[in-house]
Amino acid sequence: MTTTTDATGTVPEIRKAGFGRLMLAEWTKIRSVRSTVWALLLLVILDLGFTALFTGLTAGQWKNTDAENRASIMADPTSTILGSGFFLSQLTVCVLGVMVIASEYSTGMIRASLLAVPRRLPMLAAKSAVFTLLILVIGTVTSFGSFFIGAPILHSKAPVALGDPGVLRAVVGGGLYLAMLGLFALALGAIIRHTAAGITGVIGFVLVLAPLAALLPGSLGKHVHAYLPSEAGHLIGQARQAPNDLLTPWQGFGVFAIWTALLLVIAAVLLKRRDA
Amino acid sequence: MIEAKNLTKRYGDKVAVDDLSFTVEPGRVTGFLGPNGAGKSTTMRLILGLDRPNRGDATIGGKHYRDLPRPLQTVGALLEARAIHTGRSAYNHLLCLAQTQGVGKKRIDEVVELVGLTEVAKKRAGGFSLGMGQRLGIAAALLADPSVLILDEPVNGLDPEGIVWIRTLMKRLASEGRTIFVSSHLMNEMAVTADHLIVVGRGKLIADCSTEEFIERSTEEVVVVRSPDTERLASAVDAEGGKAAIGEDGLLTVTNMEAPRVGELAAAGGIVLHELTPKRGSLEEAFMELTRESVEYGGGVAVAPELPAQAAEPQAAVPEPQGEAR
Repeated sequence: MTTTTDATGTVPEIRKAGFGRLMLAEWTKIRSVRSTVWALLLLVILDLGFTALFTGLTAGQWKNTDAENRASIMADPTSTILGSGFFLSQLTVCVLGVMVIASEYSTGMIRASLLAVPRRLPMLAAKSAVFTLLILVIGTVTSFGSFFIGAPILHSKAPVALGDPGVLRAVVGGGLYLAMLGLFALALGAIIRHTAAGITGVIGFVLVLAPLAALLPGSLGKHVHAYLPSEAGHLIGQARQAPNDLLTPWQGFGVFAIWTALLLVIAAVLLKRRDA
Repeated sequence: MIEAKNLTKRYGDKVAVDDLSFTVEPGRVTGFLGPNGAGKSTTMRLILGLDRPNRGDATIGGKHYRDLPRPLQTVGALLEARAIHTGRSAYNHLLCLAQTQGVGKKRIDEVVELVGLTEVAKKRAGGFSLGMGQRLGIAAALLADPSVLILDEPVNGLDPEGIVWIRTLMKRLASEGRTIFVSSHLMNEMAVTADHLIVVGRGKLIADCSTEEFIERSTEEVVVVRSPDTERLASAVDAEGGKAAIGEDGLLTVTNMEAPRVGELAAAGGIVLHELTPKRGSLEEAFMELTRESVEYGGGVAVAPELPAQAAEPQAAVPEPQGEAR
């Protein structure tokens, strides 16, 4: 329908030095918006705070905890420790991921960005890379911080050490999961292009779809539920595969990565085709 | 040099740009003139590769914008709506753009100084007035010292001093051999700024000529005659090579003939005259006359992408077509 042709095939022509510059520019964009910096700081502080609070409560209420719950905590204390801060962190990462790209559309900044990088895809790639790396670093630091705060608190009830099987992978996995979630949210934000709608979309995917899928009858529900992005993805943050998990931690993370890659491809195609 | 060939852009069933072809030459200021909703902004977005044309092509120095290796060093653009993240400081806005092109920090200070924003450079752009926002946009356009400048309504929101400043700047940049393409809906502004004019209405090309020629052509002398016997005088004028038209108010408007000659013809025919007034049409009126037709047939509905710009425009030199048409 148009006479202009898609230049997707010629993108690699951008030299390495050029891509480094684009990443530097995207880093400047992220660090120069105050709300982003504050949100990330809050993520770390609240995540660590919640970890201390919840593991403390768990340890304090140990006597009143029934045997079944105790057993599940003792089977995988890492999951309990990391899980308490997770909900908040994943919410923040979802919101930020969408904002990082959708706010460019709402403010009109996208036009300046695309005038500077008219091939468009390198801009999306640089933004994705910088944001994912940033969340990976912050997520991993938070994950380790949370483990080292939670493990001593829980030690008398459910002892766990970094050297135990699967524990190190789970703690690193906490960071990996958040980074992938950030990329997932960014891709959805790039597709939807509206901040509010994008955030609603991501949260719908992450928080609403899972319980909804669980309502589906029988093994269908179980399978759909297991392959949902956040359900599959968060398995990487567990030290041990729970008996009713369909996927192993890495399989789960792979499923999440496929979801994310799919959304990124859609985002890239749309970015190329749509009017800015 | 900017070249547009048969550019056509539709939004839904509305045609914003209709088979537009023109060339913008370096070394002079080319004004892109048209009423609001004429498709000026859309045309600029098509040239800059932000929107894709449905048909036709636009190139800068023979290349598509997206194929420019360092686009900001070739083309600087100021777009109609703001293209600035409101949460970011002016300095950081320029910094992230500079980094994409490998432009040094010294240059940022230079352009900030040039547009007079030094004191507020570290403040959030969200708090900027319309004029300051325009200045920041101009700073971004000049950032990488481009040889082509595309400015969409740059005087919007600027105070008189700012208007003179941008006018002088554009003329200076043109004299350095750069290509300056500047849009406006203000005829009088273009008359003093532009060397060449491309006039559009409803997305169609109306005129492409030097500003001088445009003014001469649009403001031809008119003689208004009041007489009890306009019909006889009209045929006398027509017979002598003039053009006479009788208006609804009974006044005779004569073009293509000087006032004394009309008087002589009246005397020769023994026609009584009550009034004989030579008039030179105002540029603004001529522009409106020229673009009215293209505005009227559209029912005065502006093309969607230009709506935000209209809302933000403080000046209203060209009356909105809605009232005119009815």
